[in-house]
Amino acid sequence: MANSVTQRAGHAENLANKPGGRDQAAKICKGLGVKNPPFAYHRPETLDEALLLLAQIGEEAKIMSGGQSLLPVMAIRLGQPENIIDISQIRGLDSIETESDIVMFGALVTHSQAEASPVTRDSVPLLHKAMPYIGHRAIRNRGTLCGSLAHADPAAELPAVALALDAELIAASTDGARFIAAEDFFSGFLSTTLQQNELLVGVRFHQAPAGMLTSVQELSRRHGDFALVGLTCVLQLSSDGLVDSAALSFFGVASTPSRATQAEQSLVGSRPTTELFEEIANMVSNELDPPSDTHASANYRKHAAGVLTKRALADCMSQTGVLT
Amino acid sequence: MSNPTDRSASQTPAAQAPAGQTTRRITVTVNDTTANHDIAVRQSLSDFIREDLGLTGTHLGCEHGVCGACTILLDGQAVRSCLMLAVHADETTITTIEGLAEPDGTLHPIQQAFHESHGFQCAFCAPGFVMTTMALLNSNPNPTKEQIREELSGNLCRCTGYHTILKGVETAVQLYGSGRRDASETTDTNRQDGGTANA
Ligand SMILES: Cc1cc2nc3c(=O)[nH]c(=O)nc-3n(C[C@H](O)[C@H](O)[C@H](O)COP(=O)(O)OP(=O)(O)OC[C@H]3O[C@@H](n4cnc5c(N)ncnc54)[C@H](O)[C@@H]3O)c2cc1C
Ligand code: FES
Ligand code: FES
Repeated sequence: MANSVTQRAGHAENLANKPGGRDQAAKICKGLGVKNPPFAYHRPETLDEALLLLAQIGEEAKIMSGGQSLLPVMAIRLGQPENIIDISQIRGLDSIETESDIVMFGALVTHSQAEASPVTRDSVPLLHKAMPYIGHRAIRNRGTLCGSLAHADPAAELPAVALALDAELIAASTDGARFIAAEDFFSGFLSTTLQQNELLVGVRFHQAPAGMLTSVQELSRRHGDFALVGLTCVLQLSSDGLVDSAALSFFGVASTPSRATQAEQSLVGSRPTTELFEEIANMVSNELDPPSDTHASANYRKHAAGVLTKRALADCMSQTGVLT
Repeated sequence: MSNPTDRSASQTPAAQAPAGQTTRRITVTVNDTTANHDIAVRQSLSDFIREDLGLTGTHLGCEHGVCGACTILLDGQAVRSCLMLAVHADETTITTIEGLAEPDGTLHPIQQAFHESHGFQCAFCAPGFVMTTMALLNSNPNPTKEQIREELSGNLCRCTGYHTILKGVETAVQLYGSGRRDASETTDTNRQDGGTANA
């Protein structure tokens, strides 16, 4: 049985590659369980092999890690890659490593793996807090941190986390490796500055300094859905209790994750009080310029961004034990 | 069988680029049976399970990761089988809903629990909920109500309004999770998940 399925699939594929053959191919595929568009499959076993393939095949190639974004994209025909380079079997890319004050997550570290790791919880608490918001358990079991960053969905949590923490993405090609600062990485809707011949081999974060206050807040239609609006927030207080540094990094409000820099600057040097947070929330609502779509209007998103900002700042302060 | 070389020679720009595969042989253990299969690389794992293996208990609602009906256990972890290719299952161990009941038809404790609490109506969503519950109770035999809601939040049901399903999981905790363990703590020492008896 399996063999005949394979034969029919192969026949359909040959037809699909001929001019005008797609409709006929579709008929043969019906009920066959070959709904993904045809592609040529490569499964390199080493990173070098993967980089060479990427260089050779060029723009017809698509990397697949967990497939939790790429397969839905293919299922609804938003994308139809000619070649898939499945990097999931490459050894040595699935570890979480700490070196001096840097924590590095390899390309194949899954969301679940990062979520369960004490290193994430202790050294990159903002990342740890963002994890439960990503889809559902079964998706987190397969999806990878680097896949989410490379996919660059503007409503995804991890790009905003990377931006808030000044993470560095590690890109490799046959020419060597380079570090890309998160602020230089996200270039538009589902687009990054990764070159065609590059893939991400990991992402690295600074270990959180003592006393770093963090919060993740988001609004979505149902728990686990992509956010309508959300933010990741980092505060650092000086010894005299003033705000030393602040990051307000939003997702779902623009084509890329974005920081509310004016509001951040107003926080720095100020005493954190409820009144100040009220002001900051208004600033955020004015500063952001989110889109309207079927899920929410721009005004609703602006308002919600302000409310979430207040909640995030209050959540951060609750971690100090000093209430304002 | 298709000929992969034709395709890439005409379509990829770099002359030396390797062809890639359109079919592949995989070895997979499904519900304790290990076998080799020749599959098309673009076939989803869910379609492989349903069409090639004839195990139609794994249901397909949305086929792009949203509904959870296709949830199976892959090496013990809950995954969406519609969001995997069959080639990804190479050298893995899979449990589908068909793998739970005894050969004589005696229901698995989790199935029994949903049965007793009238968990489902049309039951289209049932295989996904049962497999998700299985993964949950294997890793956490005594979940809180909040944890149950959280872990099941990725599975959609169009009929029940969820309350009977949540009740089913609570019953399953008694029959399969911590409840059973507490009742038979002294004899039940060789469970595979090695879970510690809860305090
Ligand atoms: C129902 C559902 C709900 C979801 N909800 C959320 C959510 O709320 N929040 C959220 O953030 N995400 C959500 N996701 C997406 C999930 O987080 C994905 O796991 C993640 O976005 C992609 O990771 P992946 O490893 O599966 O990547 P893949 O799907 O394999 O790849 C995604 C893209 O990144 C590229 N890519 C992957 N790895 C690399 C690499 N190492 N180098 C270069 N390019 C690479 C691929 O070419 C592709 O374009 C959801 C997914 C589903 C199906
Ligand atoms: S069929 Fe797989 S999640 Fe809906
Ligand atoms: S019982 Fe009908 S979909 Fe859940």
